[in-house]
Amino acid sequence: MEHIRTTKVEQVKLLDRFSTSNKSLTGTLYLTATHLLFIDSSRRETWILHHHIAAVEKLPLTTSGCPLVIQCKNFRIVHFVVPRERDCHDVYNSLLQLSRTAKYEELYAFSYNPKQNESEQVKGWQLIDLAEEYKRMGVPNDYWQLSDANRDYKICETYPRDLYVPRTASKPIIVGSSKFRSKGRFPVLSYYHKDKKAAICRCSQPLSGFSARCLEDEHMLQAISKANPSNRYMYVMDTRPKLNAMANRAAGKGYENEDNYSNIRFQFVGIENIHVMRSSLQKLLEVSGTKGLSVNDFLSGLESSGWLRHIKAVLDAAVFLVKAIAVESASVLVHCSDGWDRTSQVCSLGALLLDSYYRTIKGFMVLIEKDWISFGHKFSDRCCQLDGDPKEISPVFTQFLESVWNLMEQFPQAFEYNEAFLLQIHEHVHSCQFGNFLGNCQKEREELKLKEKTYSLWPFLLDEQKKYQNPLYSPDFSPELTLLEPNTVSFNFKFWRNMYHQFDRSMHPRQSVYDLIMNMSEQNKQLEKDIKELEAKIKQKNGQPDAVILKEHQQSAHPAPVALKTPPCFKKEQPLIPVNDAVRTIEGSNTADNRYSEFMEEFSKAEPAVVSLEYGVARMTC
Amino acid sequence: MEFAELIKTPRADNAVLHGPRCPAVRGTLCLTGHHLIFSSRRKEGGEELWLLHANIDCVEKRFVGSLGTIVIKCKDLRIIQLDIPGMEECLNIASSIEALSTLDSITLMYPFFYRPMFEVVEDGWRSYLPEQEFELLSSVTDEWRLSCANKDFSVCPTYPPVVIIPKCIDDEALRKVAVFRYGGRFPVLSYYHKKNGMVMMRSSQPLTGTNGRRCKEDEKLINATLRPGKRGYIIDTRSLNVAQQARAKGGGFEQEVYYPQWRRIHKCIERFNILQESLIKLVEACNDQSHNMDRWLSKLEASNWLTHIKEILTAACLAAQCIDREGASVLVHGSDGTDSTLQVTSLAQIILDPRCRTIRGFEALVVREWLQAGHPFQLRCAQSAYSNTKQKWEAPVFLLFLDCVWQILRQFPCSFEFNEQFLIMLFEHAYASQFGTFLGNNENERSKLKLTQKTMSLWSWVNRSEELARFKNPLFEANSLVIWPSVAPQSLQLWEGVFLRWNRPSKFLDEAQEEVLNIINYNRELQAKVNALRRQLAELETDDRMQENLCGTTPTFCHILIGFPKRQCPINCHFQFASVLLPAEGQRN
Repeated sequence: MEHIRTTKVEQVKLLDRFSTSNKSLTGTLYLTATHLLFIDSSRRETWILHHHIAAVEKLPLTTSGCPLVIQCKNFRIVHFVVPRERDCHDVYNSLLQLSRTAKYEELYAFSYNPKQNESEQVKGWQLIDLAEEYKRMGVPNDYWQLSDANRDYKICETYPRDLYVPRTASKPIIVGSSKFRSKGRFPVLSYYHKDKKAAICRCSQPLSGFSARCLEDEHMLQAISKANPSNRYMYVMDTRPKLNAMANRAAGKGYENEDNYSNIRFQFVGIENIHVMRSSLQKLLEVSGTKGLSVNDFLSGLESSGWLRHIKAVLDAAVFLVKAIAVESASVLVHCSDGWDRTSQVCSLGALLLDSYYRTIKGFMVLIEKDWISFGHKFSDRCCQLDGDPKEISPVFTQFLESVWNLMEQFPQAFEYNEAFLLQIHEHVHSCQFGNFLGNCQKEREELKLKEKTYSLWPFLLDEQKKYQNPLYSPDFSPELTLLEPNTVSFNFKFWRNMYHQFDRSMHPRQSVYDLIMNMSEQNKQLEKDIKELEAKIKQKNGQPDAVILKEHQQSAHPAPVALKTPPCFKKEQPLIPVNDAVRTIEGSNTADNRYSEFMEEFSKAEPAVVSLEYGVARMTC
Repeated sequence: MEFAELIKTPRADNAVLHGPRCPAVRGTLCLTGHHLIFSSRRKEGGEELWLLHANIDCVEKRFVGSLGTIVIKCKDLRIIQLDIPGMEECLNIASSIEALSTLDSITLMYPFFYRPMFEVVEDGWRSYLPEQEFELLSSVTDEWRLSCANKDFSVCPTYPPVVIIPKCIDDEALRKVAVFRYGGRFPVLSYYHKKNGMVMMRSSQPLTGTNGRRCKEDEKLINATLRPGKRGYIIDTRSLNVAQQARAKGGGFEQEVYYPQWRRIHKCIERFNILQESLIKLVEACNDQSHNMDRWLSKLEASNWLTHIKEILTAACLAAQCIDREGASVLVHGSDGTDSTLQVTSLAQIILDPRCRTIRGFEALVVREWLQAGHPFQLRCAQSAYSNTKQKWEAPVFLLFLDCVWQILRQFPCSFEFNEQFLIMLFEHAYASQFGTFLGNNENERSKLKLTQKTMSLWSWVNRSEELARFKNPLFEANSLVIWPSVAPQSLQLWEGVFLRWNRPSKFLDEAQEEVLNIINYNRELQAKVNALRRQLAELETDDRMQENLCGTTPTFCHILIGFPKRQCPINCHFQFASVLLPAEGQRN
């Protein structure tokens, strides 16, 4: 609170991000402890959570005031013009302070109160139970068991307490192997394929340097191999480009020497590191944020950003993994450097392709809890929850969501959830409103007592799951084959407009078939109910006429629309892709929303000279 | 000439067909005068391929030992491969296909031989006559007239016999204007905007030449379309530079001094070989699945296809904006007035006029703005993306138009009565068809070929309810408003239904599409049922009421009747509307 220097600024202009003629809305800017709020003259509200702010920039003073540009982690960009520089300065400084949190305890999640009682809070955290999940996979079994080696985080701080390892891997082997792996992240089970008896295992890179070897680690891999009765060999996937892995050898790290490990098939898959991904996204956003962008600049920018190339690399790696398991019944060990970024991407996508459970709403939550949260993907560092090292920021999780979106585009009926679900999760990974994604690993989360002090996101998403249900989902989609085999030819990968331009309404289709179908299938359920009621009523009428029933009927046939109830946790958020969009936009939309109109706006201003006309044309064509 | 002369080997057994995305099939290949027919040997469920020779864009052959392979690339962008045992047979067949697919004479084309297997309910040749269009117009304004000055095609060889022009211009003046415009294409009415009485006209470039010739009748004609004190816009689809260069060849543009009430705007839309090359590059990029991401994106960019889409859409939006927002009349022309001009005028109408978004309205638009307006289909669609003979006149002008319509359709998926399949069907028939509709380059040629007597119209076939069912958009809901599409590069997409159609499995997408239909149909069914039950219940209530009335109770049943159309739907009010409309539609079907 002490950071807020000014709570209200009037006559602030909100500029249209893509307009070249400085079209704007005028309104009042409010600063609260958690949000920045802009209310324009037509009472439309724009809420921005402080934690969502990635960068605030004050541009040089102009005649109309002092421009303030705010970039958000959910790819919203707002451009304000504050009339007085002093106010702008105050807002700027306040936001700088508010958006950079030094301590976890200051994050929104610790003050956020959704009016749940304690038992609801506890129940919420118990919604996802990973022990249950391993049981679902068929673990423990004859080959795999729960190990208590990491019960007290003694072997690996960034792993969860409960780890599943081959039965033949004794404690000394585990300890020895963990000493030979970067950050102690030794090979453990991530997913078990019941039918093929093959496993996806994960770890970090070995500390092999140029020649070091470790017998326990070799035994560990052998134990994984042997835990799979259907195949004698196993794959080791190093998800890094070969060059990076080789460079790591100089630092005493590196990759497995095939000569030292019996029966392994070693494979590089070439996903770039977090720094490359960060700058790739940076470039992508620069391109897509350009005013008056031409098609060729867009496509060449898309190409040079490399973003889609990276997404394809991630999915290609997952496809490789899945083939090893589904076709060869071979177990696969996946690692990168530390085993918490690329490894999480590949393991989770692999499991998603193999197991239809992860394509349900609940299953997807489980998948994220398992491969991302519990195995120590550094959400805090990657999403910059606290003011920290900017070099640790990277859109690794965003890439995972984008890969899933690409799969949804190819298999529209295979997923129970829809795009809005992915966008909402992305929103909350960065919002710090719920405890799930806070911190970098389970140990840290326990120390923060998140389960007592914060709330879990998942029950809130389940409460409003109607919004996230895919109306086209068919649970028995290709029943003989729960396996998804995506086509990763380049032309299948598209720019994810709804993610990167989520808040730029003018770019989206004005009518959405998807929303209509969603509403329609929701309505169908209601109609089915109505029919039953009506039939019952008619039956009754035919039996014994009674006027009272009629009144009841009128009430019960029109229940309050469920979707209209605003769930408490999202009250202050802007709708993502609003469910009701189709309604508001059924009309023709506005020319003013579009770029080609800029020219006309100027044109219509009292009798322009021919010169300005040519100028306008030039601008329109560029 | 007998086709038999061209067919050296009419039949080859044991041939193997490799189609796109399906396993190889062994079977028999037959050549007829107009078709390549392949039928697999299996008796039950055997597949047959009937390929129109006119659809073949290019034929390639290669040999491995005595096994010959013919690769056939079609104008609809499909590529099929035939393995034919025996070198001689293979060579014969290849050369026959080549000869049959490049027949010189139009009258040898299939439409002149095609006999329909269906009963013609409505003769498509008479479906969209200019006189009918004019009738619609004269119900709202009397400032225009039909002129028959061109009835023998002497004033303008590429215009239809009757055109709509301002009432105050007599045929004599018209002839003078025709001399002043390239190819005699004087300004004619293209579209009348009922909302504000503004109009869109189209023509070809004026022949001002280097010495700035003028034509008083021309000035009078286009000024006649302006309201007193109002101004208009001339949208020139060439860049200023190109327009200026055209003067050296006798062409040019309207000079400000002589047309003071008009503002000229140049919007550059590419033409001819640039577009053709763009299509060739795009299809090449789409057909190579081995491209890595960078290569694919750079090839997509290098094709410039989406750039052309954006240019055309932007120009069309501008024209629409001048008319609807500025309340100004518009004259559109490029140089010939047969290509980019028509793209702009027809797309502007899609944006402005709800009628053009219905099936019949769109057909009328194609007839009016493309066929009668003299877009040279025969020249432009002679070859498609696989042509290796570099001829000068081929260009995917019409395909670009259809692509632009698809882009708008994608952004307003409920505002069109037709679906994507309808647009794809038009693309196919423009390049190769059993119907005579797209034959010839203009009405003059068509009347000489006596197409209306000798061939069947595409519309006679499409407008039968059996066919229409495939082309109807189940989500269509008449939207009477102007629809402004976004032209941002992020909003434009590659038309996968055409360009990736043969290159990627579509099973899952097709199934999803089917599911969409199921949901919609199920919804209609349920709506109808609920309404029927409500009515039944209401009747029962009425009976009760009558009995009760006898006893003196207040009637309340009217609540139900009022309540029923306003049925609360769980999500939004949009469906309150739909729920009233849908059952009615269902009944119509």
